[in-house]
Amino acid sequence: MQLIRRDGVSGALFPVLLSVVLLFLLWGMAPAVNAAVLPEDRMDVLYHRYDGGGMDIKGPSVLVRKSFADKVSVNANYYVDKVSAASVDVVTTASPYTEERIEKSIGLDYLSDKTLYSVGVTASDERDYIGRTVFVGVSQDFFGDMTTVSLGYSHGDDEVRRRDDPDFREDLTRRSYQVGVSQVLTRNLIVGINHELISDQGYLNNPYRSVRYLTGSGFAYQPEVYPRTRTSEATALRGSYYLPWRAALHSEFRWFEDSWGIDARDWSLTLVQPLNEEWVLELRTRYYRQSAADFYSDLFPFQDAQNFLARDKEMSTFRAMSFGATAGFQRRWPAMPWVDRYGVRLGLDLYRYDYRDFRDLRVSAAPGEEPLYSFDAWVTTLVFTLWY
Amino acid sequence: MPVGLCRTAMLWVALCVMLGHLSGCALRAPTPWVQPYERARLADPIMSKDRDPASAAYLKHVHQSRERSRGAEGSAGGGCGCN
Repeated sequence: MQLIRRDGVSGALFPVLLSVVLLFLLWGMAPAVNAAVLPEDRMDVLYHRYDGGGMDIKGPSVLVRKSFADKVSVNANYYVDKVSAASVDVVTTASPYTEERIEKSIGLDYLSDKTLYSVGVTASDERDYIGRTVFVGVSQDFFGDMTTVSLGYSHGDDEVRRRDDPDFREDLTRRSYQVGVSQVLTRNLIVGINHELISDQGYLNNPYRSVRYLTGSGFAYQPEVYPRTRTSEATALRGSYYLPWRAALHSEFRWFEDSWGIDARDWSLTLVQPLNEEWVLELRTRYYRQSAADFYSDLFPFQDAQNFLARDKEMSTFRAMSFGATAGFQRRWPAMPWVDRYGVRLGLDLYRYDYRDFRDLRVSAAPGEEPLYSFDAWVTTLVFTLWY
Repeated sequence: MPVGLCRTAMLWVALCVMLGHLSGCALRAPTPWVQPYERARLADPIMSKDRDPASAAYLKHVHQSRERSRGAEGSAGGGCGCN
């Protein structure tokens, strides 16, 4: 059976054209408009943990932002993932493993004539994956600071390796085009729309994943085979509303589709409720659903049944629902004259994933009759912040 | 879903604005209907999308690791013009 690859998303011509047009407009109108602002000077030290589905991932993250002369702001981030993996895919087709990923990024924002230019680089390193990304962006306000237009482009060059094969080397190039508009509608409401096109070219497989296919006596495995190109488009609508009492309601709805046939939708709702002058409580919920890739199957009828083959559960049809809360406070710190204030926040989120066509092979049953897989995951964040 | 429609609409808007710009017919900017002194609520930190950047970036990473959708998370989004 041959699978015909869908190509429902155009190439990179549209975002290039749109970027050129909007950059032209931004430059042409720059003297007549007002502008964005630099980010706050702050340092965030985050401890994070993800625990669920056999995956235990934790580590620190440090983010520092500092501005100079109200013209330049630099930022740096150091992020660590310590992974202990025994997910359902791993225990049924491989052996549990541990690994560490370290991500370092630096960036710079420059405010010129009230136009904000941004550049940044990110390096992500783990034993079997090396990622390098550069980002450029521009943001500017129009119409009495009621409208903000932002453009961004990022380019990534990655190298995929295998832990068990030192000679394995594959390349992957990623390009991303972003455009966003936010609009003040009333004194209580601001809305925005973001659109992003991402184009990948190169080795897109997970080199460890396998698909299963029926044999006379049961099933057997063969390596996954993915296309070497993928193009996706996502559009998000956002709104933030200041409630009649001092509280904020943030909402978001996002559409997604890609050239592999995956369609996804998600929405989220967040309530930010100050409890007093120091304490703030945040409650949030999010719903996500996606359809499977065209070449996904939990059980193929025979070996090499298609030219492209996938059984990664992230490529299947599934739904995810989450509920979370964060409580935190901010206080002045008179003993530290260079510190404006400090804050602590603790967040906890519970995610529930329900797969519609991915089966749990840890349970013995006739091929294709195993129960559908689902799992819960707890996400914990603890942040200490200094504003200076 | 209207991703294709959205893409086409944005292209038309961009082209129309560019044509207006090139023809010398300056775009008539609307009068701001929310004045700067009326934006105190929008400037409240609880209205900011950037109130907890480290946690927000981490949760975005969690979603990208478990889901196949990606993009438009808001990194290119604008501010609120509050300052």
